[in-house]
Amino acid sequence: MLSHLLIEVYIFVLAVFVGFQLISKVPSVLHTPLMSATNAIHGVILVGAIALASSVHGTLDVVIAVAAVFLATLNVVGGYVVTDRILGMFKTKSAERPTE
Amino acid sequence: MNTVLEVGYLLTAVLFIMGVMRLRSPATARSGNLTAASGMVIAFIVTVLRYHSYSWLLIGVTIIVGAFVGTYAAKKVRMTAMPQMVALFNGMGGGAASLISIGALHSSWSHGISTPGSSISALLTILIGSISFTGSLLAFIKLQELITGRPITFGAQKLLNGILLALAVVLGIAMAISGGSHDFLVLTIYVIISAVLGVLVVLPIGGADMPVVISLLNAFTGLAAAATGFLLTNNVLIIAGALVGASGTILTQAMSRAMNRPIQNILFGAFGKVAAGGGGGTVGDADGVVQTATVEDVATILAYSRNVVVVPGYGLAVARAQQEVRQLMEKLGQRGVTVRFGIHPVAGRMPGHMNVLLAEADVPYDSLFEMDAINPQFPQTDVVLVIGANDVTNPAARNQPGSPLYGMPILNVDQAQRVIVLKRSMNPGFAGIDNPLYINPKTSMLFGDAKASLTRLLRELDEV
Repeated sequence: MLSHLLIEVYIFVLAVFVGFQLISKVPSVLHTPLMSATNAIHGVILVGAIALASSVHGTLDVVIAVAAVFLATLNVVGGYVVTDRILGMFKTKSAERPTE
Repeated sequence: MNTVLEVGYLLTAVLFIMGVMRLRSPATARSGNLTAASGMVIAFIVTVLRYHSYSWLLIGVTIIVGAFVGTYAAKKVRMTAMPQMVALFNGMGGGAASLISIGALHSSWSHGISTPGSSISALLTILIGSISFTGSLLAFIKLQELITGRPITFGAQKLLNGILLALAVVLGIAMAISGGSHDFLVLTIYVIISAVLGVLVVLPIGGADMPVVISLLNAFTGLAAAATGFLLTNNVLIIAGALVGASGTILTQAMSRAMNRPIQNILFGAFGKVAAGGGGGTVGDADGVVQTATVEDVATILAYSRNVVVVPGYGLAVARAQQEVRQLMEKLGQRGVTVRFGIHPVAGRMPGHMNVLLAEADVPYDSLFEMDAINPQFPQTDVVLVIGANDVTNPAARNQPGSPLYGMPILNVDQAQRVIVLKRSMNPGFAGIDNPLYINPKTSMLFGDAKASLTRLLRELDEV
């Protein structure tokens, strides 16, 4: 049991290091989409909400699980769509401008 | 079955990391976002394959409605309102993490299978997730200006925060040790305290400090997701949460460094009030003369220069003048004038916000330069056009040790040959600090609304 927790701590610590390495190389031009994209990534909490929904029975617990699924879905879908919209606006000089 | 789940989650984690890797350059960033999104789809599919003993109708409808509302909101939001939108989605994630832990804890209590270890993960998630949820909602309300964006403070605020946090810790320890269903009332009180803490943390934080708060709340939700991963022994949650936590932490640090204020100062200082006391009248002894310019003067100066750097501040976005700035850039470009943008990290209401606002107005991103890239260029720059920015150009940050801004990294616009400042009036900026740049002999002021001034400038340029 303890070794299991230890493995999870390993994963967490290593992922934090990877995160710091990756994120510190993102230029400030892209900080808004970065925040918005990572915001969508933590929406993966949706899988936890689904797992919970599958294991609960009482009315209160079901209500809690459904609310969690709803909030997490908003987070995931809204997060990715908004990030895609932001990034779609970043163009170079050579790129075609749709209007004008 | 579990193997499919674990392999799927591994693939998801790899796709998340690859997605973030591609966010390092504007050219690959959009595909990076799609990479991360495809990871999310895989995680969703393997999860539904593994866990499906719930009402399909109920969960299916919930997901479809959530997806519809999320897409609608994401498509509708204006780019100036992006900070509050991100705050809102972030709060949803925090709320979801908190609810999952409440549900899991309550369920394990009623089955008598809770362990102190899982209880601690759950209680930690509830605390962080609830703070993130209500804090983000309040940040949304403040940024949307449903209530005042100014700091709201009252006497014993810090004391109250401390007492509530201590109370939450005591209740948490009590629940972790006893671990029984009779604790449900205690759990409710614990959730309420956590939610109130979220409100109290964001309440005293004012408009210009919002980039820091949003970054911080983002990190909070990441940590809440990671803690949920420990609770549910779910590795993809741990990895994703760690990534987001790292990202939020780095951005928080970057923002507070760019504002020259330690994070505890932002969280507990209520900037507007502190600075007004310490900073007033720092240039009173200089007694310089403010030179005003006419639109004709500015048009002539710009038309006959070779190198122009535009320094935009949030005032530009408030005046909705991004399109005019882009037209100015094009018009000057036709005359052979090179126009670049020098962007301070805290220009806007979230990290990198100004870049997005300019990108929306079709300003190419290769014309946008970070502070460190543009600063060495100012001595070779003919004209700097400062539009709606104030404190981030204040040379007092470099040479007046008594100024509250002293030590803050700024754009060294005063090193250019000439400076033209478009400004509504001589009122000092958000921090309430005088700007010696305005009495520099190199500087000319063009007073008026940024959009109106730029429109007249565009017209005048045709006649030069």
